[in-house]
Amino acid sequence: MKALLATAALALVLGLSAGSASAQAIKVGMAPEPYPPFASPDASGKWTGWEMDMIEALCAEAKLQCEVTMTSWDGLIPALNSKKIDAIINSMSITDERKKSIDFSDKYYNTPTGIIGAKDSKFDATPEGLKGKILGVQVSTVHEAYAKKHFGDTAAEIKIYQTQDEAQADLAAGRIDAVQADSLSLNTYLATDAGKACCDMKGDVAEDLEVLGPGVGVGLRQGDAELKDKFNAAIKGIRDNGKYAEITKKYFDFDIYGK
Amino acid sequence: MTAAASAEARDAIRSEWLQPHRIVLMAIGAALVLCAIVFMRWDWLPNYYDLALLGIWRTIWILVVTCVLGFMLAVPLGLAQAAGPFWLAWPARAFCTVIRGTPLLLQLWLLYYGLGSLFPQFPWIRQSELWPILRQAWPYAVVALTLSYAAYEGEVMRGAFAGVPRGQLEAAHAFGMSPWKRFRRIWLPQAIHRALPTLAGETVLQLKATPLVATITVIDIYAVASRVRQDTFIVYEPLLLLALIYLIITGILVFGFRKLEAKIPARLG
Amino acid sequence: MELLSISPPGWGANLLRGLAKSVQIAIGAFSLGIVIGISGAWGKLYGGPMVRDLLGLYTTIVRAVPELVLILLLYYAGTDLINRALGGLGYPPIDISGLVAGVVVLGVVQGAYATEVIRGAILSIPQGQIEAARAYGMAPGKLLRRITLPAMLPFAIPGLANLWLIATKDTALLAVVGFSELTQETRQAGAATKAYFTFFVAAGALYLLLTLFSNVIIGAVERRARRGLPPVVEAGR
Repeated sequence: MKALLATAALALVLGLSAGSASAQAIKVGMAPEPYPPFASPDASGKWTGWEMDMIEALCAEAKLQCEVTMTSWDGLIPALNSKKIDAIINSMSITDERKKSIDFSDKYYNTPTGIIGAKDSKFDATPEGLKGKILGVQVSTVHEAYAKKHFGDTAAEIKIYQTQDEAQADLAAGRIDAVQADSLSLNTYLATDAGKACCDMKGDVAEDLEVLGPGVGVGLRQGDAELKDKFNAAIKGIRDNGKYAEITKKYFDFDIYGK
Repeated sequence: MTAAASAEARDAIRSEWLQPHRIVLMAIGAALVLCAIVFMRWDWLPNYYDLALLGIWRTIWILVVTCVLGFMLAVPLGLAQAAGPFWLAWPARAFCTVIRGTPLLLQLWLLYYGLGSLFPQFPWIRQSELWPILRQAWPYAVVALTLSYAAYEGEVMRGAFAGVPRGQLEAAHAFGMSPWKRFRRIWLPQAIHRALPTLAGETVLQLKATPLVATITVIDIYAVASRVRQDTFIVYEPLLLLALIYLIITGILVFGFRKLEAKIPARLG
Repeated sequence: MELLSISPPGWGANLLRGLAKSVQIAIGAFSLGIVIGISGAWGKLYGGPMVRDLLGLYTTIVRAVPELVLILLLYYAGTDLINRALGGLGYPPIDISGLVAGVVVLGVVQGAYATEVIRGAILSIPQGQIEAARAYGMAPGKLLRRITLPAMLPFAIPGLANLWLIATKDTALLAVVGFSELTQETRQAGAATKAYFTFFVAAGALYLLLTLFSNVIIGAVERRARRGLPPVVEAGR
């Protein structure tokens, strides 16, 4: 606590610019896989997107000096628990299953889950619609859990991919019939040339709060109350001061915070 | 070797195993295993038992199929490099260099995702008879691993073909054997015999390469362990068990090849 | 093709950056592997029975378990254990970067193979040379530095050259834990542009160039180290 007070005092003395330099440094984990419009690398290797802006805004609001650390998606929770990273900001949904291992901040966005499929086949995002189809999902996601629970009996196979992008690539190649994922990220894919050529949206899946969870939160180590309070305050802060709306407007035409 | 001598040798082996420090090491090892059983979490095991058996079966299936196919491909590759005309030797050499010079993981992804990304441009592929096979992941895994094994073993076979003494072939020629018979009866068996000691090592390396297929959605034993890790967030236990399974398979392979080599006379020519 | 140009919108610079990282890790892992290999070989040849058995266990396990599994185990468990040990001793946790973790993990794997290569090479030194050095009363450290290491070098080079080539290719496995070396950069570029085929072929060419370039250097080094010795046959991966 003393150290913290000293830091705060130092920040006050040295002014704003020094304040950011002496702020608490943490490592934010995310998976090095393109997940537009939330995060994707450009040709110069820089990562951009809604979530990248959100990391910046949240960290600035919480007076944290965040360093983004790349870890594979399935390694994020182990990395958090082995202290390789301190927080996960990577569109990770808050679920009871994950809460057994890690803690979450409040949600910072929540969007429906959709299913896309090849243009020339007509079906709905329902258990009957997916009868005999091969459905692709990303590993360790709410979509994997949901697909297993609701489509496990009717779908021909549920194929599990390391990244969502690989699932989409296989859908475009025709190796699988459908992909279930976050509808915003699917819509972004459908807007690309590859997506336009192959697929269209089949619809949103039926709500299941138990599996899909209340939304996306910052993943934190269990018992790290200090960081949790900071992020909760920061989420509320940028919601109130208009920063959240400003960032969201750049990528979406509606508020993705949800109800 | 007389019976007494072999009994003596057996005693020597036994006493070598029962040196005091070995007993201490084994006790420590047993204690570690016991600790692992007692203090680590194994409650997930029953849920994944069937899947794990399927995974082991897939791993072994891929290993056997790719080694057999790869070896069949390695023979012409080695022969072409050792004795073929330049228009055969050169492509064979280039093939071996390219495969040996690039990571298998990259080759696998090139075959699976690289080719996959070309499919939409050629709609006729999806109408073809082969599509039900091309659609699945395992054929790509088998092709990539087979080519890899063929390239490494092809290099060994090149040396083996070149190493067969010329006198043997000349003698066969003098006997009036036809070129095909010469190859079948003299050259090939001797070359294979020369390459045999490397086969065990290459096959173990091939086993160690099989988990890469999990990255293209083939569910082998490695993929099952990853699944456990990802479902339950238990990190170490499935990986340790996985390492043990690979150790056991390697042990069986090494033992099997040693038996095989013992069956074949040590010196042919 | 314009996708591969060096300046954006081409992704060539990303691939080259990945290649640089891969080479860095390969050099680090290879050097660490040689250090482990020399100590390991020394221990296996001259150590007590306990040391020899433990080293035997190390080389057997590492050579029998897939690198991918070892990388995952060491990558997660390694840092965790170090930090728990530090925590137990009352030190703050240290921060192990992906680069260091990658180097250490691959170095430990390389070390097992290097141990066997160097052990074999030391055994190929004519025994008389070492005995002569002992007769001169050389201390073990001096013996290692002045006689054993220089004399075993020509025998070890083919095996070590092979290990270097394996090191460059094994860096690709770090892509699976999310480290952005060449293969990972390639996958990202492919995913962002959907031109998987182009990028994987380009990355393959880069790896191949690295191998061919290494072969040229190795050939030169080998010729120099083997002056005046009869040729040897090399085999294996």
